[in-house]
Order: sequence, then C-alpha cells, then structure tokens
Amino acid sequence: MSAVIAGHDEQHGHGPEKGILRWIVTTNHKDIGTLYLVTALAMFFVGGAMALVIRAELFEPGLQFVEPQFFNSMVTMHALVMVFGAVMPAFVGLANWMIPVMIGAPDMALPRMNNMSFWMLIAGLLMISSTLFMEGGAPAAGWTFYPPLVLQTGNALPFAVFAVHLLGISSIMGAINIIATIFNMRAPGMTLMKMPLFVWTWMITAFLLIAIMPVFAGAVTMLLTDRFFDTSFFDAAGGGDPVLYQHIFWFFGHPEVYVMILPTFGIASTIIPTFARKPLFGYTSMVYATASIAFLSFIVWSHHMFTVGMPVAGELYFMYATMLIAIPTGVKVFNWTATMWKGSMTFEAPMLFCIAFVVLFTMGGFTGLMMAIAPADFQYHDTYFIVAHFHYTLVPASIFILMAATYYWLPKWTGNMYDERLAKLHFWLSAVSVNILFFPQHFLGLAGMPRRIPDYAVQFADWNMISSIGAFIFGFSQLLFLYIVIKTIRGGTGEKVTAEVWEDARKHSLEWTLPSPLPYHTFSTPPTKIPTEHLGGH
Amino acid sequence: MASNNTYYIPHKATWPVVGTAGLMMMMAGFANYLNGAATGSTFMVIGLMIFIIMFAGWFSLQAIESERGMLNVQVGVSYRMGMLWFIFSEIMFFAVFFSALWYIRNLSVPWLGGEGFGPGRSTEMLWGDYVSGWPTNGPGNVGGEFEPMGAWGLPFVNTLILLSSGVTVTWAHWGLLQNKRKQLIKGLAATVVLGFTFVAFQAYEYYEAYHEMGLTLGSGVYGSTFFMLTGFHGLHVTIGAIILSVILFRSWKGHFTPENHFAFEGAAWYWHFVDVVWLGLFIFVYLL
Repeated sequence: MSAVIAGHDEQHGHGPEKGILRWIVTTNHKDIGTLYLVTALAMFFVGGAMALVIRAELFEPGLQFVEPQFFNSMVTMHALVMVFGAVMPAFVGLANWMIPVMIGAPDMALPRMNNMSFWMLIAGLLMISSTLFMEGGAPAAGWTFYPPLVLQTGNALPFAVFAVHLLGISSIMGAINIIATIFNMRAPGMTLMKMPLFVWTWMITAFLLIAIMPVFAGAVTMLLTDRFFDTSFFDAAGGGDPVLYQHIFWFFGHPEVYVMILPTFGIASTIIPTFARKPLFGYTSMVYATASIAFLSFIVWSHHMFTVGMPVAGELYFMYATMLIAIPTGVKVFNWTATMWKGSMTFEAPMLFCIAFVVLFTMGGFTGLMMAIAPADFQYHDTYFIVAHFHYTLVPASIFILMAATYYWLPKWTGNMYDERLAKLHFWLSAVSVNILFFPQHFLGLAGMPRRIPDYAVQFADWNMISSIGAFIFGFSQLLFLYIVIKTIRGGTGEKVTAEVWEDARKHSLEWTLPSPLPYHTFSTPPTKIPTEHLGGH
Repeated sequence: MASNNTYYIPHKATWPVVGTAGLMMMMAGFANYLNGAATGSTFMVIGLMIFIIMFAGWFSLQAIESERGMLNVQVGVSYRMGMLWFIFSEIMFFAVFFSALWYIRNLSVPWLGGEGFGPGRSTEMLWGDYVSGWPTNGPGNVGGEFEPMGAWGLPFVNTLILLSSGVTVTWAHWGLLQNKRKQLIKGLAATVVLGFTFVAFQAYEYYEAYHEMGLTLGSGVYGSTFFMLTGFHGLHVTIGAIILSVILFRSWKGHFTPENHFAFEGAAWYWHFVDVVWLGLFIFVYLL
C-alpha cells in the first residue's frame, strides 16, 4: 500500500537541526509549514480576543468597557490580524505542507526564499501589533485605510504602512515560490489536469497575490507621502481625489478576499470526495470555475463603492459584472452537492465542517448577490448586513475549512489520531454558535444599524445581545480546538493511524501513499504512480 | 561537485532572517524618523546596512554554488520563474501609479472643474472658479506656481541613453553566448556607464525642477505624480545599474558560461523592464 521510499532520512543525510535553531534557519517545507500554521493559530486567538472586545462593547447600548477610539482600533486590528495574520498564513502553511507532497516534489522550489517569506510575515505582524502601544493608538480608520480619515492616525500610520509592505513582500515571495513549485517540480506524469484541486486553487491564488499585493503597497505608499511628503494624491485642493484611493484599494481588496476563499474551495474539493467515497463531480469544471472567479475578481472592485458617487454606467457595469461571479460559484456548489449525491457518506469531523461550509457559504454568497444589486446596496452599504455577509463567507467558510483541513491532515502529519468525540463537539458548538453570532446581524443591518460604531440606538439592543452571546460561545469553543490539536500532537487517542488514515484516500492524492507521520524528507525520488481517482472515470 | 541530476535543496539558511531583521529595523527606524524621534535615522541606517550585507552575503553564496555546478537545469528554471514573476509584481507596482495618473488626468481633475454629471455638480459649489486642465496643482494652487517638465530636453536624451543601454546589454549577452568574453565585458561596462549616466541626468533634472522651475513633490497632483513615477523609476534604474555592476565584476572574474548564466539573464531582464517602464514614463508623464 505505501509506495514509500523508506529510510529516506538516512539516504538524504539531513535531519532537522537541533533545538531552537531548527525553526530559524530551516528550509524544509514541512518545518516552514508548521511555523506558518502555529503563527496563524496564535494570531487567530489574538484576532478573536479583539472580536470579543467588540462584541462585549456591543452587548448593550451605551458605552461599557472601552473608549470609542479604542473600539475603532479593535475593529481595524481585528480585520488586519485575521486577514493577514490568521487566514492567509494558515493557507500558506497548508500550501507548504501539502503542495510538494501532493505533486511528488522533494521540497518547495526556492527553499531559502520560503524561509524568508515566513520571517517577513513575522516582521510585518510585529510591526502592526506594535502600533497598539503607540501614541495615538493603533490604526482606527478600518482595515481599508480610507483617506482622509486614516491620515489622522497618530504615530501608528508609518508603521502600518511599512507593515503592509512587509506583509506584501512576504506574500509575493510565498506566491512566487508556490508558482515555481507547481510549474517546475511536479513528478513525471503529474500533468496540470491531474493535480489535486488544492494545488490548482493555490496556483490561481498565487497569481492573484502577485498581481494585487504590489497594488496595495502602492496605495499605502501614496498615503505615506500624502501625510509626510506633501503630495496631493488624495487631496482635492491639490487636484487629487480621495476616491482614487478607494479604487486602488478595492482593485487589491476584491481579489484579496478571493485569496482567502479559493484555497478554501480547493480543500473542500479534496475532503468531500474522501468522505462521500466518490470521485469529485466535475473536476475540470472546478478548475475552470476557479480560474473564472479569479479573473472576474479583477473587474468588479467598484461594487464596494456603489454609494461613493459614480457615473450610472459604472454602477450598472459593476453590478452586472459582480452578478456574473455567481455562475462559477454556483458551479462549485452544485459540484460539491453532486459529489455527495448517492455517496456512501460518513460524517467525521472534517466532513461535518465541509458540509457546514457548503450550506453556510452558499448563504454568504446569496447575501453577496443581494448587495451586488446597486440600487439595493444603497440600503445595505456600511451596515451590519455587510458585516454579516462577509463573516458568513469567511468564518463558516475559510475558518471552518481550515478546521476541516486540520482534522483531515493532522493525523497524517503527526501519525496520531485526534479525538473524534471532542472534534464533533467542537463542530457542533462552532456550527450552532456561528449562526447565533452572525445571523442576527443580517436583521440589524437591514434595520439600518451602521458598522464600525461602539454604540447604537436601543431598537437594535435585542439582536446585538444575541449576537454577542453567540460570539462568546464561538470564541470559547475554539479553545476546545486548541486542546484537541495539542492533544493530537502529543499522542492523540493513542491510536496510531495507517498511511492512508482515511479509507481509500490513497486513490485520491499522493500524500496518503507515504507513511504517517510524514517523514522529514519526502519524494527525494519522484513517485512513479500518480493517483487519478479524483478525476473521476479515468 | 554535487550530482547534476538532483534538485539542489539547501539545508540551512541564515541570510533570510538576517535580511528580515535588517529590513524591519530600517523600516521601524524610518517610521520613527517620520514621527520625529531622534534615534530614527540611526536605526534606519544600521538596518539598511544589515540589509545590504544580507544581499552581499546571500548573492555571494548563490554565485559560489552556481560556479561549483551545484545548480542543475531544473533549479535554473525555478530561478527564472522566480525572476519573471518578481518582475511581474514590479510591473503591477508601477501600474498603480500609471493608473493613478490616468484617473487623475482623465476623470478626477475634469470633475473638479465641473465636467460631467454626479461628482461634478457637488464640486462646483466647492471649487466654483477652478478651470481644470493639465498640468495642474489643483484648485488650492498647492505648492505655488511651477513650470511643468518638458519632454525634449534631458528626458529625450535619457530616453536615447536607456534605449542604447538595452542594445549594449543584448550585445553583451550575444558575446556571452558565443563565449566572446571581451564583447561580454565591453557590453556590460557600456551598459553600466549608460545606466549611471541616466541616473546622473535624472538627478540634474530634479535639481533644476526644485531650484529653477518651482516644481517639487508638493506641487499639487502634477508634482506628486511626476516625482513618484520618475522617482520610483530612478530608484529601480539605480538598483538595476548596481546589479549590472555586480554582473560585470563577476564576468571579469570569469564567471558564467554560455550554458549557465542565470544571474546575467535575470539582471538583463530587470534592465529591459526598467527600460520599458521609462518608455511609458516618457510618453505618459513627459510627452502627453
């Protein structure tokens, strides 16, 4: 079963370095993947704590715990930490662990640069976190950094700008590495159209990253020069235009949210077939749908700005272009559903998270469609409706799939089985509380409650209280996740897993043909047999 | 000599963490400097030095590995892909500023002058007597009177310089491919000289702008776009010329063979990239 290259480490002659140095100078894709994942998990709790500050303040009308300025900082930092510190690094960590193994490569194509992209991430996160302790507080103008408001930030502004530069460098290097790995390191026979979908979606994500991170870097550079070097890019008195910033930001921002969702799609397309015990329905259409979504993400940005003042032709164009995204996304949702149709399904924790993802992400997608309608968006814009919308597409989608991926691959990485009973408990707590948390926010938004405010009119009190209760249940449930992960790493249930962990998984993807735990070096000589079960009918 | 069949995977990397620390120190120092802290500039300089040392160390290591034949063809392909997509990311960076220029000239400045529907009507109340046009420093006359930069003086000479440097670097490449080392070194030396001449002329142009034409970074949106676009380009030309100097030094030391010379190719690609960006600048910033 396990077409293993046994005794690999000996043959290679390089085990890990001893002690802490191993984690600093490592070029091993699995080590770097672990570093990314641990960082992401830590930042998930930091960002989560910030979210709980927000929800605690909003539990009741009136000002309870924090100053409005600090509240705004929390809103801003929660977003930055979750986007750049938790979700993106988590996916890069999974890419590091899984892409070389899935395509039969010995490591990432550019191992030294791989190390550097991780440390650039840490530098960026340190930089942005340090602003919390500065005169004038952390950035408080929202993660979008709109001028002129953001130019009123205190000492934090240049640090925030440079943090964006560092995070951008990190992402670009990571993305270049992933592209070089996928195009140059595939095992013989692993043609592009045989790659697992996780690899495909990450490849497309990497192209998005290379195209958009420099755009964000340019935008914040103009903020920096407007504040410190007398330029007038976003100042009408000098002939500039604050709306220009919004256009540039959302040219980055819209593909950016797809950076967080495309790998999610890839993982769902990997896990669902395993537990449905059927090949993925419509492999080719999944690839094309992913590419279409990525393409469309570049031509829809102004739907974030319908109320800013735009020619009617612009409103119409961006409205219809945005609606087009529903088509490839719909293809995906139908494909996942069709994969499960008449499958011999079992409901282990990874599958439960995937099913919740398909249902709840679809809901988030539909509210997106509502907001794509320009005239209707005038009502939803900057209300809690949008907060509900994007949290539905991020929390029960990206975050849930990251949980699913952890339960799915952690036994492979560690050789230990996680506690299925606790994992199911974690799932049900999360799945129920996430709806208590975010569903009422739809009602709040439709009733007109604006986002990013620390206080609100009393008619919003009931739903806010319910939302906050859900937030605390969801937040503390994640400690259970932390416990399960640590327990699994330290031996789990005591049950050693087989090489393929999940029934017939080796037919779907190469990682399951290797022993568990995965050896430090894998595929120093490329595999000879490429799995094709995931393609269906080949 | 490592076997040429296996993909070379280095096992310890110390330069990345050093370089990251240097870059972070430089940026934090710069940020503190901008905020008015006294120590900011010191940290900035130390950080920059560490960053430069990292480049020197890391690239020397790469050069040694390459000359020892540790990198096979497949590794070379990875490097080329890396360079290609790095240049693509740079193109996107410049695209931001070109797009900003386009948006300002064709949309927002006319709107400020009251053109069109929607945004124009509200701005009419604010800037009633503003007549839009280009170049402009806006209705607030930000930065005072200035003279815009013409295209046919130094900028045109600089265009010729950069275009010829593109020719000389290609001529050097032909020399390398045919193992004509003299042609390689002559071509590279000419390219480096042309590159630094460009930078010197550009510096002179800035001097004139600031001291004789009243044109500064603060001259409204014309000054902002002019100096940001040409400034970032000038920075890239300087970096490119430094890279080419290193390649010249390595060629003089006898590095590179007709089959194995990724570093040369990467530098040449980068040089062509700054060349093409300049053509865009000449047309959209100076000429039109």
